[in-house]
Amino acid sequence: MKYRSVFDIIGPVMIGPSSSHTAGAARIGRMARRLFGRVPHKAQIEFCGSFAKTYQGHGTDVAIVGGLMGFDTHDPRIKDALKISEDIGLAISITTVDLPEEHPNTAWIRLEDEAGAMRVKGISVGGGKIAMLEADEFQMNLSGDAWTAFVFHKDQFGLIASVASVLADRRINIARMEMSRKAKGQEALLIIETDEEISASAGSQIAGIADVAHVRILPPL
Amino acid sequence: MQFSTIEELVQLAEAQGQAIADIMIEEEALATGVPKEKIISKMFQHLDTMEKAVQRGLTEEIRSRSGLTGGDARKLEGYLRQGSTLSGQRVLQAVSRAIATNEVNAAMGTIVATPTAGASGVIPGCLFGLAGELGVDRDVMVRFLFTSGAIGYVIANRSFISGAAGGCQAEVGSASAMAAGAIVEMAGGTPRQSAHAVAIALKNTLGLVCDPVAGLVEVPCVMRNAMGASNAIVSADLALAGIESIIPADEVIGAMYRVGQAMPGTLKETALGGLAATPTGERHRQRLFGSSHERAEEKGGIQDE
Repeated sequence: MKYRSVFDIIGPVMIGPSSSHTAGAARIGRMARRLFGRVPHKAQIEFCGSFAKTYQGHGTDVAIVGGLMGFDTHDPRIKDALKISEDIGLAISITTVDLPEEHPNTAWIRLEDEAGAMRVKGISVGGGKIAMLEADEFQMNLSGDAWTAFVFHKDQFGLIASVASVLADRRINIARMEMSRKAKGQEALLIIETDEEISASAGSQIAGIADVAHVRILPPL
Repeated sequence: MQFSTIEELVQLAEAQGQAIADIMIEEEALATGVPKEKIISKMFQHLDTMEKAVQRGLTEEIRSRSGLTGGDARKLEGYLRQGSTLSGQRVLQAVSRAIATNEVNAAMGTIVATPTAGASGVIPGCLFGLAGELGVDRDVMVRFLFTSGAIGYVIANRSFISGAAGGCQAEVGSASAMAAGAIVEMAGGTPRQSAHAVAIALKNTLGLVCDPVAGLVEVPCVMRNAMGASNAIVSADLALAGIESIIPADEVIGAMYRVGQAMPGTLKETALGGLAATPTGERHRQRLFGSSHERAEEKGGIQDE
């Protein structure tokens, strides 16, 4: 089920004019910023499909940039996001690409600062719901609606069991889990969505597991 | 959720002798683990946000950045106050509030997506247009939102609710069906009658394309919200009169999905077909965004289809 709550249907509260092109774009931007983990200095945005054709009219550009600055879907500053990004020194470039095989509302975002860069791909599926499909070359299918743990590690047997037992001990229920790796025995990413909040202490306990490089915990969008 | 079809929703309500709103609240609490009081109070906040948008649209000088929309809700209110109308007080009150909300949306104001922003006028329009007439209180109004949410939950998961995925039938069509079912419940009808209202309303909007002029959620979206509200009220009346839809709601939802799949991309929120591609639609696009090389290529693309 794509939609899991009555508030996916009656909601979100948002700045108009389009739930998929404005609210969804804001959420993609916000999720991209959270995945990057820092304030970016530069963002290159590429729109595909309906996003590419209609982004000016829908305010998709201001919404996604607002999201990159952490604005929620109902934040009235969204309207002025391009101006605000200029003021805070976040350089934005927006281009369109024709990729017919992609979802009609797809955005690619490359975020950059001195410490590094990350490229993410997000789609807006309707009514403000989104899915992040790729980050830093890891494949995923992330809604941003749940507490999520990102466990970066070296592909190794037994890892999932160790992480799961930390969560089980703390009575944190796993709602969904996905594994993505660059190659066998290489860098891998375990993504776990949970029903309950994942505390910082649970995060650091997971980070202490052998072969775990680092852990990021994100609350629901 | 214990239901994924309209039929299952109706059967749950009938078996438990409850309204669809009660089932939705119960199921939401079970599915999310959030206490019922919190769920209900969040919906009260949504109701307040909707009311503010309606009030803004009816009282303020709303004008979108493009200049294409704004001011029609007030125009209709003035016409309504002058007394003699064809559609009558109740229908036109709902329509003016639907237009008001959608005009605020087009002007980048704050609204609640129901189920989307493009269709955000239909549900609050029907709700605030009828609540006073039917003499219902805020509790009943919040229940209306849960009922429409339950119907929308089924449609969204079994078909689609975005114009880019399924055309306007998925946006205003879905909103109109959600409102129709909820109006029946608010007016004292049975869950079974709500299901017939859903089926009738959605049948009437099957095949509706998403063809926004210049890609803006304005023309024809604002007027489609007006149509969606009136369609919802008439469909609710039909169901309350005991009229039954030959095609059950779930099959209509399935048909909408297949129609949406068959719809060409030019008619799914790309602003390349329908009203967007009329000479006047094209003129407005050029006025607002100018012509570009990219556009010229797209036009070649349309002719190929």
